Amino acid sequence: MAAFSNLTDRINHIFSKLKNRGALTELEIKQAMREVRVALLEADVNFSVAKEFISNVTEKAVGEEILKSLTPGQQVIKIVNEQLIELLGSTQSKLGVSPKLPTIIMMCGLQGAGKTTMCGKLAYYLQKQGKKVLLVADDIYRPAAIKQLEIVADKVKAGFFQMGQQNPTKIATNAVEFATKNGFDTVIIDTAGRLHINEELMDELKSIKKAVNVFETLLVVDSMTGQDAVTVAKSFDEALDITGVIMTKLDGDTRGGATLSIKAVTGKPIKFVGTGERPEDLEAFHPDRMASRILGMGDVLTLIERAQATFDEQEALKLAKKIKESTFDLNDFLQQFEQMGKMGDLNDLVGMIPGASKLTLGDKKIDEKQLKRNKAIIQSMTLEERSNPKLLNYSRRKRIAAGSGVQVSDVNKLIKQYEQTRDMMKRMTKSRRLLF
Amino acid sequence: MGFFQKIIDGLKKTKQRIGFKLNELFKRGIFNDDFYDELEFILLSADIGEDTTIDIIETLRERMTEDNISDPKKANEYLKEVMLEILGDEHLELNPPTVITVVGVNGVGKTTTIGKLANIFIKKGKSVVVAAADTFRAAASEQLEVWADRAKVRIIKHEEGSDPAAVVFDALSSAKSRKTDVVLVDTAGRLHNKKNLMEELKKINRVVERECPNAQRINLIVLDATTGQNALSQVDVFNEAIDLDGIVLTKLDGTAKGGVVLAIKHDMDIPVYFVGVGEGIDDLMEFDAESYIEGII
Ligand SMILES: Nc1nc2c(ncn2[C@@H]2O[C@H](COP(=O)(O)OP(=O)(O)O)[C@@H](O)[C@H]2O)c(=O)[nH]1
Ligand SMILES: [Mg+2]
Repeated sequence: MAAFSNLTDRINHIFSKLKNRGALTELEIKQAMREVRVALLEADVNFSVAKEFISNVTEKAVGEEILKSLTPGQQVIKIVNEQLIELLGSTQSKLGVSPKLPTIIMMCGLQGAGKTTMCGKLAYYLQKQGKKVLLVADDIYRPAAIKQLEIVADKVKAGFFQMGQQNPTKIATNAVEFATKNGFDTVIIDTAGRLHINEELMDELKSIKKAVNVFETLLVVDSMTGQDAVTVAKSFDEALDITGVIMTKLDGDTRGGATLSIKAVTGKPIKFVGTGERPEDLEAFHPDRMASRILGMGDVLTLIERAQATFDEQEALKLAKKIKESTFDLNDFLQQFEQMGKMGDLNDLVGMIPGASKLTLGDKKIDEKQLKRNKAIIQSMTLEERSNPKLLNYSRRKRIAAGSGVQVSDVNKLIKQYEQTRDMMKRMTKSRRLLF
Repeated sequence: MGFFQKIIDGLKKTKQRIGFKLNELFKRGIFNDDFYDELEFILLSADIGEDTTIDIIETLRERMTEDNISDPKKANEYLKEVMLEILGDEHLELNPPTVITVVGVNGVGKTTTIGKLANIFIKKGKSVVVAAADTFRAAASEQLEVWADRAKVRIIKHEEGSDPAAVVFDALSSAKSRKTDVVLVDTAGRLHNKKNLMEELKKINRVVERECPNAQRINLIVLDATTGQNALSQVDVFNEAIDLDGIVLTKLDGTAKGGVVLAIKHDMDIPVYFVGVGEGIDDLMEFDAESYIEGII
């Protein structure tokens, strides 16, 4: 399964040149870490953060015994991955509730980070938990920003408060008064995007924070941010003592290395991630998923783990070999169905295979019933037919259809599907680009 | 010392190091591995990316060795030259009637850039109409309307949720009947992996092609200077949907350098035409490769 992974491949390549003797040496680790460094930089992890991370991991990895079940390459990836997850923090997608209501949440960040859209998502999320939310238009600068928030509030059926282009601190104070009088228990303040080096505008946020009892100060960051993420996050945190971070636009193909950089310099929890433009496109932050993403491996690690738990190691290796040698036949296809069934929800699983994301599969979902039918079809074939699908002419297909109680067209579909899978697997083992 | 603390201390050093920047480094006049390590650090910190950075460094190293350079001033010039060769020096020549379509992911500054571009063209004595083809984002056309007012240009807009290609069609008809020089098309921000939205762009493109076959066509992608290596993928995919002619690099008034444009020029040969340096209507400048490079190193 690890054959799907670009980074693992490159690292395995390093180790393949060396003879295997039980424990990882410093030199081997160093060479592998060079690849890890490239992966981190490609993912936009800040240069200094990447450097520090690597020296940390190197220390941890030296002398580690190679687990029997893993190759040295996988072993290194495992250590790297575990360290990444640890640094990224925990799944902490909770917003605090102030002991003195209303709970006031202030959104802040650079221009274009996605604050206004995120206000709508948080409102939607909190309302589902029974909160009564007021959205406050405190971006008095950007043209039509107030109007945008009004539309967003309308869409999610949240309360909306605006006072036009007045002083932002005054707006916030009045909004909280309004909320108290009208039974809103949560107030979300949408502020204007600003540069962290614009002192006047940073002071404006400090002033709002002082004037009303802000309980959560959330920094909203575009997950495509590059090296500068550290400077931005540090500046906002120093000025406002943020309570958490939200990463947006993770529905793109971004690797999101900025997440690690930000966590490293602020130490503040990543609370949510935004994954689309609709109000419901808000997800809990999962450090493990983010780690794999940063390493450019989809959720391949989870996949390795699940596979290891259910697949017979030998079988998995055989399968990988077959894919490489293009001798993957219908017997293997059947076996794959059976093992996939054991591994849990199929749709989940496909999502974890890099390159086999929703993008490649379109909106096609794997249907468990279909799966059972497919198994029946293959089971109605002779062993010879299974290992040499070319034999399957019309009369054989008709016999198989009758034997498994389906239409000939179903048999055709299955064969087509098998061919596609075989080709996709071939491509996946070859192509690097499919991985992101 | 904990991991986080070390990073924070490192950052302080980073700031100082970037403060004295390359000039100091060059002044030392010692061009050893340490020098190239420092250089690598500075280039990578500007988001230039691993591949292009390595390329710059290798080329520089070769030329310095070949010409036996030890004079710091000369070395500095050599570096600038290597980077300048990558960036090139291209400018946008208007040849009306012109249709400029502005694309990019969400929040990079497309609408703002349209307002600023309209202002530039008006000041050059051209007539301009803007098309509010972002019919998707809440209040997008209201936002463009404010900019149209500021730049004193006409705007064509439809309702939220309507067909963007229809807006473009109307804008083109209006431009044709009034003999307008420049049509600026604002489009909805879209993440580049959304297939149907890319189809929508193609449709807009076809409308322009059909309605104004003889017009000068310029497709600009707006990139946020804060963006890292993902900008490469953005350009790649948008370029596939509609052929891109150039880049507008926004938000250079922050601390990010947007060095990924070097990688883009290096890999895909798409030049930068304009840079955004603020939120005011005059905060758009023609790209000047030389001063941009000065800003990085
Ligand atoms: N500091 C700064 N902000 C900018 C610049 N260009 C655009 N912005 C801001 O970025 C945000 C998003 O801009 P907008 O034009 O709405 O982006 P669009 O979604 O691509 O149309 C707004 O708050 C703009 O004011 C720039 O050059 N510098
Ligand atoms: Mg816009």
